[in-house]
Amino acid sequence: MVTFIAILFAGALFAGFIGSLTGLGGGVIIVPLLTIGFGVDIRYAIGTSLISVISTSSGAASSYVKEGILNIRIGMFLEIATTLGAIAGAAIAVFAPTHAISIIFGLVLLYSAIVSFQKRKGELDSENLPEEKPNRMAELLKAKGTYPTADGLKKYTLQHLGGGFTVMSLAGILSGLLGIGSGALKVIAMDSIMKIPFKVSTSTSNFMIGVTAAASAGIYLNRGYIDPVLSMPVMVGVLIGSLIGAKFLIRSRTKSIRIILAIVITLLAFEMIYNGLAKNI
Amino acid sequence: MRNIMGTLLRVGVFSAAFLAVSGGVLFFIQHPKEISDFTTFKGEPAKFRQVHLIVKEAFNLRGRDVIQLGLLLLIATPVARVIFSLIGFLIEKDWIYVAITAIVLIILSVSLFSNYLTF
Repeated sequence: MVTFIAILFAGALFAGFIGSLTGLGGGVIIVPLLTIGFGVDIRYAIGTSLISVISTSSGAASSYVKEGILNIRIGMFLEIATTLGAIAGAAIAVFAPTHAISIIFGLVLLYSAIVSFQKRKGELDSENLPEEKPNRMAELLKAKGTYPTADGLKKYTLQHLGGGFTVMSLAGILSGLLGIGSGALKVIAMDSIMKIPFKVSTSTSNFMIGVTAAASAGIYLNRGYIDPVLSMPVMVGVLIGSLIGAKFLIRSRTKSIRIILAIVITLLAFEMIYNGLAKNI
Repeated sequence: MRNIMGTLLRVGVFSAAFLAVSGGVLFFIQHPKEISDFTTFKGEPAKFRQVHLIVKEAFNLRGRDVIQLGLLLLIATPVARVIFSLIGFLIEKDWIYVAITAIVLIILSVSLFSNYLTF
């Protein structure tokens, strides 16, 4: 058992490191690691993964909060959508057959591989800020703010509230169903749909992930999906790994790491889909 | 305000990790030879599922019970952040956001205490 825990810890350390280096988060790597690597039942794997998602995102959010770019109001408002979605996702997970969850997980993983492969186009997008359209709902919700750029402070106002809210609900459902942070989808909702500057979107998304994951983790805990012996090494491993990864982030942005990762994630995705179709999971 | 929030999150995560590691050490001392099987799903017993039982059992200082309290503390950390925001909006008298934050808090409570509710 001590060996099992030690290997698990090492794997989680690696997953946290890679997750924070690539911005994918630990969740997408922990679930395949546990199910494919250790043969753990996918329900335990998802519960464990949620725990690691809360620990890394809260750890990261604590430093974002101080920077002051994130928009707490917009985050809080959108958390209504993500937490409701998360509960719905966790409820679906309780009733859905595990092989179906495995297939959905594989598809999301495949999508993550594509996203991680693309250049971060959003970073450029936020340079040419969208024209400010006044809208009543955003005014009422004070859903606007400023952020620092090279030419001083720039203003932004939240656009397309309905669309953003819908995509946020979907992000919540996926988070609850698969035990992932679904940070990428949250950023897409804010950056591409609601026209919030990329940097504000990424830090606000990270801030929201912990609350979203807590909403589904509550259901998983009550349903008995969260095992102490399994969760302990994973939580601590991913946390330490992500802290190390955050230190490396500034130095290494090499393309080769991204390519290798995209290939590994694609392989894991096919494995998850295959196992689901063959009903091995 | 933001500084306190950042500290709150950090303290929550690291004390949860500390509890989990301490529980892990206790577990190894108390059950050095035990082998757990996770390949088939059995579901956890009530003492690892219900909030009040997790808190109660942890005082017996058995390894797994202490870890589970750490995990509960971790799940409670984002909830504490939301409660803290609620207080902040109350002080600012921002009633719309008091309402929005209260809704998020209710959703989180429903999830965390879903065992006590009958659907």
